[in-house]
Amino acid sequence: LAYHRGTWHGGPYDPRATRFGPICIPVATQIVHAVGYAMGLALDGTRACSLAYFGDGSASEGDFHEAANLAGVFTAPAILFCQNNGWAISVPTERQTAGEIFKRAEGYGFPGVRVDGNDVLAVYRATREATARAYAGEGPTLIEALTYRIGAHSTADDPGHYRDDDEVSAARAFDPIVRFRSWLEGQGHVDDGLLADWDAEIESEVLAIRDGVISQPDPPVEWMFDWTYADPPTALAEQRREVLGG
Amino acid sequence: MVGALNAALRDALREDDRVLVFGEDVGRSGGVFRVTDGLQAEFGDRRVFDTPISEAGIAGAAVGLAFGGWRSVVEMQFDAFSYPALEQIVDHVAKMRERTRGRVDMPITIRMPAFGGIRGKEHHGESPETFYVHTAGLKVVTPSNPGDAYRLLRLAIADPDPVVVLEPKARYWTKQDADLTTGGPGIGEGTVVRDGDAATVFTYGSMVSRCLEAASVVADEGVATRVVDLRWLSPLDTGLIARCVRETGRAVVVHEAPKTLGLGAEVTARIVEEAFDFLEAPVRRVTGYDVPYPPAALEHHYLPSVERIADAVRGVVAY
Repeated sequence: LAYHRGTWHGGPYDPRATRFGPICIPVATQIVHAVGYAMGLALDGTRACSLAYFGDGSASEGDFHEAANLAGVFTAPAILFCQNNGWAISVPTERQTAGEIFKRAEGYGFPGVRVDGNDVLAVYRATREATARAYAGEGPTLIEALTYRIGAHSTADDPGHYRDDDEVSAARAFDPIVRFRSWLEGQGHVDDGLLADWDAEIESEVLAIRDGVISQPDPPVEWMFDWTYADPPTALAEQRREVLGG
Repeated sequence: MVGALNAALRDALREDDRVLVFGEDVGRSGGVFRVTDGLQAEFGDRRVFDTPISEAGIAGAAVGLAFGGWRSVVEMQFDAFSYPALEQIVDHVAKMRERTRGRVDMPITIRMPAFGGIRGKEHHGESPETFYVHTAGLKVVTPSNPGDAYRLLRLAIADPDPVVVLEPKARYWTKQDADLTTGGPGIGEGTVVRDGDAATVFTYGSMVSRCLEAASVVADEGVATRVVDLRWLSPLDTGLIARCVRETGRAVVVHEAPKTLGLGAEVTARIVEEAFDFLEAPVRRVTGYDVPYPPAALEHHYLPSVERIADAVRGVVAY
């Protein structure tokens, strides 16, 4: 959210401590990083795997192909998770690919599965199975989760230009949060009191995050210079002084 | 020089077990120029390995490996074949440290044979340095002799920041008795390779030996020319550039890359900023032309020749 607020390009978190990589805006480039990281896990013999999320549009990028191919060749413990939500800004999936994304895995020499991305338990199960494969040294898995982008791509995007409201209304019936909630209720795992508690907890957490984001101060100007190099060249130190004075 | 580079890789692999060497044909074959010869046999195929033909994959994997604390030394098989990796290099190798607020270093070395002069095919003789020098977050170095090749590659691998190493392929077979040592000038330090007080020629990489030849030619005419091997194209040794211009008053910049926005433009700008009052003549640039690198039969017309360099020196001295 610091990224969206414009206070920093990456998140404020430590990627190593949180085991969560920074946002990579050029789509699909992060898949290669995940595969590289997984290659390192295999070299170290660590029982772990990397998981890269990307969209249907990303799957058209060369980096998707290069990452998948590397993952296959190096039996990397990586999960390539495609959230196919039907739309890459204004371009529907059928204009991204004439084939099916999950089937590409076969060409790279590892399994690809397609799941209902609006079914929380199906996504969980597919991810668990892929994780087990990775841990067992069996290599990567491509998961294609079919879902739908109900909202706009960004605040500057008006989907009214390129798709019907009817399509969006129909997709709302499959909202994974609503579905999972009714499943939990139907199975008797939760009651109204617990759900009300969760709603209140989530509401206050979201509000706290919103307040935190809004109240974030602009970063100090020296941040612009401080991390470009671990060992900054003299000329850059001079530019820093020019901006900061002194 | 190939042997010195090979020794640098071998010593780096030996001293730090987090160093990895990978790229196209670097493993079993030992590289198209033999720079990685024998490394896989010595260190195994887990630390020295072949990759698919996948330059973006190679550079991107190095980024992911850096998150795991690995120190990758990757090879781009030729200068122009680094372009498919530009997105990963420019957007991630160079910026990931900044993006993570310094929490994740990118100690990545990107080696590539660079420049022309070996009668290569199209895309095998390019001078890509401006792309990399212009990218904040990268350092760029090019050795001109075997001793520097060893030392500069070791410095690049040891550096916590990403370094692009442009290996002048026309100098790969240069022989020299050299101490292979990591001691000596550090990152960003150029050197005077021939002293003189009438003018300074600033150059790097493959053009250093040619500038030395040109300096010998004009020396016979009584013109004592200083020749500076910049070594580091980023960061540039502004102090050395300014000092030489203050002491000689005249400057020529020589490189193979096209003239427009080639490194000569930056060197000239720094001369103007730092030593304008000492200039006795306008700075001259002797460079490749603003055309794609020509076919083998024409490359001698494109590359700065001893005669063109000598003429430029005569020109600034006579001004």
